[in-house]
Amino acid sequence: MTKVSMTVNGRTVSGEAEGRTLLSSFLREGLGMTGTHIGCDTSQCGACVVHVNGQAVKSCTVFVQDVAGSDVRTIEGMANADGSLSVIQQAFQDHHGLQCGFCTPGMVMSAAALLKENPTPTESEVRHYLEGNICRCTGYHNIVKAVLAASGQDVSKIAAE
Amino acid sequence: MHNFDFVKPSTIAEAVAALSHEGAQALSGGQTLIPTMKQRLAAPATLVSLTGIAEMQGVCLGDGGLHIGAATPHATVAREAKAHYPALAKLAGGIGDPAVRNKGTVGGSLANNDPAACYPSAVLASGATIVTNTRTIAADDYFQGMFTTALHDGEIITSVVFPIPEKAAYVKFDQPASRFALTGVFVAKYAGGVRVAVTGASQDGVFRWHEAEAALSANFSPAAVSGLAMESRHMIADLHGTPAYRANLVKVLTSRAVAAAG
Repeated sequence: MTKVSMTVNGRTVSGEAEGRTLLSSFLREGLGMTGTHIGCDTSQCGACVVHVNGQAVKSCTVFVQDVAGSDVRTIEGMANADGSLSVIQQAFQDHHGLQCGFCTPGMVMSAAALLKENPTPTESEVRHYLEGNICRCTGYHNIVKAVLAASGQDVSKIAAE
Repeated sequence: MHNFDFVKPSTIAEAVAALSHEGAQALSGGQTLIPTMKQRLAAPATLVSLTGIAEMQGVCLGDGGLHIGAATPHATVAREAKAHYPALAKLAGGIGDPAVRNKGTVGGSLANNDPAACYPSAVLASGATIVTNTRTIAADDYFQGMFTTALHDGEIITSVVFPIPEKAAYVKFDQPASRFALTGVFVAKYAGGVRVAVTGASQDGVFRWHEAEAALSANFSPAAVSGLAMESRHMIADLHGTPAYRANLVKVLTSRAVAAAG
């Protein structure tokens, strides 16, 4: 076992890890932060997306020792300081961008990465960017709508479908 | 996944030393290797991460063309190669999905040589040079069949040098579940002639389509390949496409790539 330290949502944390310990397991089992979900564990579904040094990555496909010392942000770090929902989270609630909610942490993290790179994406850009995040409930329409709304664009004309 | 020792050197020399031990394996972005290890298809005793080596990062113009550090993630290539070699940048920006592109690297893709990976087609069509810790390897000598390359055990790709073409384009027919190429064609026009490389189609991995190269060198137009025949004998057969379907895709995508290159 090796001691791994990093910053998670602004807090310095450390824990023991094996070579094979994935970032997703370190967050969930090592730190008890279960907001990051493990869906497929084969890097297909995107439920485990977190930001490492500002970049969206699939935490089930990163060894924690490879990102020791990094600045990690998870879904637990997305709400505002007063505990209220961030703009993206609120948009997911307002536009019913989730049903079972399992994929939502990854969707929110990917949406945040997109909006940082491209603050006013088109609908097609949102769909394209989220291709590595799989949702089996919503059919994506309301997720796309929520991301567009979070970017400040008028979504009143987009049908719910 | 079986356990292993993890080491993260900060220089190429340290990485080479670490890889000389029995059972050691290089880890770049890990977007293929980690899923492979989860399936227990690979079980190294030691993983040597190449992502902490500064001299293997970055995109810059230099002798012979565009130099890309082997541990540079696809997302960085998509961003930084755009001004110099737009077709290559576009290829990098179409690999996998955004989170995969933030981790996966050009060196990792080339060392693995997946028969449906995108990068091998760019390297072969550009006549690029693979630079390792011991030598340089011409693209034409590097790819030796599915998942097989000219690399020796413990040899590390440190960078790739892409000669910049006059015109080029990559057209990928996505396999939407895996986001690999069901078939992809990279066409690059140089002063000395046109090179055409095909990925995703052949059981032997990436290959050059010499007949199309001759036809396009004489007449760089989408119609130039319409009279050519593409053999389906060595094409991949799977539930997504028959050999004949892939052979036809090669022709269609080649002419689309020529049209896109303009």
